[in-house]
Amino acid sequence: MYEHLETAENPDKLKRVVIDPVSRVEGHGKVTLLLDENDQVKQARLHIVEFRGFERFIQGRPYWELPVLVQRLCGICPVSHHLAAGKAIDQLVGVDPENLPIAATHLRKLLHFGQVLQSHALHFFHLASPDLLFGFDSDIAKRNIIGVIGAHPDIALQGVKLRKYGQEVIRVVSGKRVHGTAAIPGGMNKPLSKSDRDYLLTDIDQIIAWTASAVALVKTLHCSNRSFYDEFASIPSHYMGLIQTDGALELYHGGLRAKDTEGAVIFDHVDYCKYNDYIHEQVKSWTYMKFPYLLSLGKENGWYRVGPLARVNNCDFIDTPLAEAARIDFKQHFESPQVHSTLAFHWARMIEALHCAESIKQLLNDPVTLSTDLVTQGEKRFEGVGVIEAPRGTLFHHYQIDENDIVTRANLIVSTTSNNTAMNESVRQVAATYLNGRELNEALLNNLEVAIRAYDPCLSCATHAMGKMPLAVELVDNEGKIVDRLVKSSSSHIAAA
Amino acid sequence: MTQTFMLDGLAIPFEDGQTIMEAAIAAGHYIPHLCYHPDFTPYGSCKLCNVNVNGKICAACTFPAMAGQTVISESEEQNRDRQRITQMLFVEGNHFCPSCEKSGNCQLQGVAYHLKMTDDHFNHQFPHREIDASHPDILIDFNRCIFCALCVRASQEEDGKAVFAISGRGINKRLIINSDSGQLKDSELTVNDRATHICPTGAILIKHTAYQVPIGDRQFDHHSISEVSMDQDSSAP
Repeated sequence: MYEHLETAENPDKLKRVVIDPVSRVEGHGKVTLLLDENDQVKQARLHIVEFRGFERFIQGRPYWELPVLVQRLCGICPVSHHLAAGKAIDQLVGVDPENLPIAATHLRKLLHFGQVLQSHALHFFHLASPDLLFGFDSDIAKRNIIGVIGAHPDIALQGVKLRKYGQEVIRVVSGKRVHGTAAIPGGMNKPLSKSDRDYLLTDIDQIIAWTASAVALVKTLHCSNRSFYDEFASIPSHYMGLIQTDGALELYHGGLRAKDTEGAVIFDHVDYCKYNDYIHEQVKSWTYMKFPYLLSLGKENGWYRVGPLARVNNCDFIDTPLAEAARIDFKQHFESPQVHSTLAFHWARMIEALHCAESIKQLLNDPVTLSTDLVTQGEKRFEGVGVIEAPRGTLFHHYQIDENDIVTRANLIVSTTSNNTAMNESVRQVAATYLNGRELNEALLNNLEVAIRAYDPCLSCATHAMGKMPLAVELVDNEGKIVDRLVKSSSSHIAAA
Repeated sequence: MTQTFMLDGLAIPFEDGQTIMEAAIAAGHYIPHLCYHPDFTPYGSCKLCNVNVNGKICAACTFPAMAGQTVISESEEQNRDRQRITQMLFVEGNHFCPSCEKSGNCQLQGVAYHLKMTDDHFNHQFPHREIDASHPDILIDFNRCIFCALCVRASQEEDGKAVFAISGRGINKRLIINSDSGQLKDSELTVNDRATHICPTGAILIKHTAYQVPIGDRQFDHHSISEVSMDQDSSAP
């Protein structure tokens, strides 16, 4: 819809405006705008400027290191990488998800719900709420979590305590709030003690109440300026994510479902081990982040969104009562088969936080969760795929090993990567709608950041285009004339151009 | 009449033939070390146990205790030197504690904490060393070898096999494996050998056991290396 703003025809003749870095997101990215003499936006891009390279340097390591090693991709959602890698290495020891001991599955879900809860709380209260509570163009000096603490201490404190609770769940299961150990091949390394279970149960009703309040708060904000919230950075898109067999919202394990802009199913209950038959990635020369797309729809039209909005859009229902009531209310508000409002990510995110809190209570009250039967083994395999719904969306880990248990190949499709085209499209929409022809200032430029922030991108997780980025090298003489030009394609083919 | 020497101002009794390290351990005093193990011949390579003996620096694990010695171990100077030595051990190999399966059970990490090492100080050398994962049950990650030669001594003195040796000098020093192919799979090493279990770092590992001990239950999670070491070394036969 706004693709024409991806690449300007004569960039060297345009004025350049840069937001560097994009603030209140995880990782490092920048936005560049190219404007003509009338301040009309001709090009708008979100660039990911950091590089990680995990897919390469885990090659040569023993596979059992993967969950602990790869979780270092991130300090916010390491549990997602830990569990996705854990699910993949289960397969390497011959254990499919349905054969994992029930208690191990419960503990992994508990760990995951704790993580999604703390990550969603971090994003909504610490990163996004300053924009939403004070206004996108409010005083920048107060547009931060410290400002929220000063003006809305009760809301800020709830955010801090929600995050703390989620981190306590993580600590109890994995030994540390950040970067613990839990998933091992075929199971988990520690049972949940009764005392730890009782400790977590102590505050869970309060946590559920606070997450329900957060859903109400984000709804109030959305309804306070409904048309603006509905339209800001809004882009019709496809959506993809995991789904339970019965169509319920799923965060830990399920099949892949994709729906189009009208809510029609593109594919459903797909075995995620066959993801490569459905999703491919392309690379572009101006960013380290790849651009995934649905293979059946092609590079141009196959881009999609993942994350809370995608999951709430795609599911038929949520299997916890308060979150399901919130989902129905959410859908009724928009009165359309699929919700395309980018700011609705916040609403969907808090519905998921409520679902996580309810699910944690269910798991803690289930006696099976305390079982010490935690590990099983099967026959060795040489390839494993683990997929999970991370806070920011569907996360793929795919590994191959040799006969000596050493990793020979790795492919990660990280949640934020799947939203790459969508984030750029939202940036272009905001630039075209709100910035065109206006004299730019910080408050206006913050609109671009608000659009990006809605996706809760984790840019540090999502940069894996090593060796595949197309490059162009130009030799220019002292009068600006191009003497020679070489182009390296994504397949590493080098040719004169 | 009991013979004694002075260690950090305390009279330490000793028997003829004991090293300063042995006498100190017997008296309940910890001297930081990595290559020393009470079950094997002292080697004196890591230099962490260096102490000041009557004004001269000596390795406590090899230097004999003698009556009238004045030995200084717990001084600012000695511990600063030990910290520097430990930092060198870290930068000479590739020791990435955050993902290492030996973390929490690693003596190198434990002694670094004991010496309050908070950074590497020196530039990392990032040597390129391959893993030997050829053995079905045992893996050697040469990146983490500190050349303490405990595996060499354990294999020779207890297992009677001579699976390992240290080859080369200086920066070219490396652990080698006694087999026709030079690979572990063709050596005599088995999972029950003492040499398989003696490594103080994460260089020699039993396959398929990583991270099974949860955080909180690992050796150094609740006890410092000085406590663990005194408990183990003093109970050795």
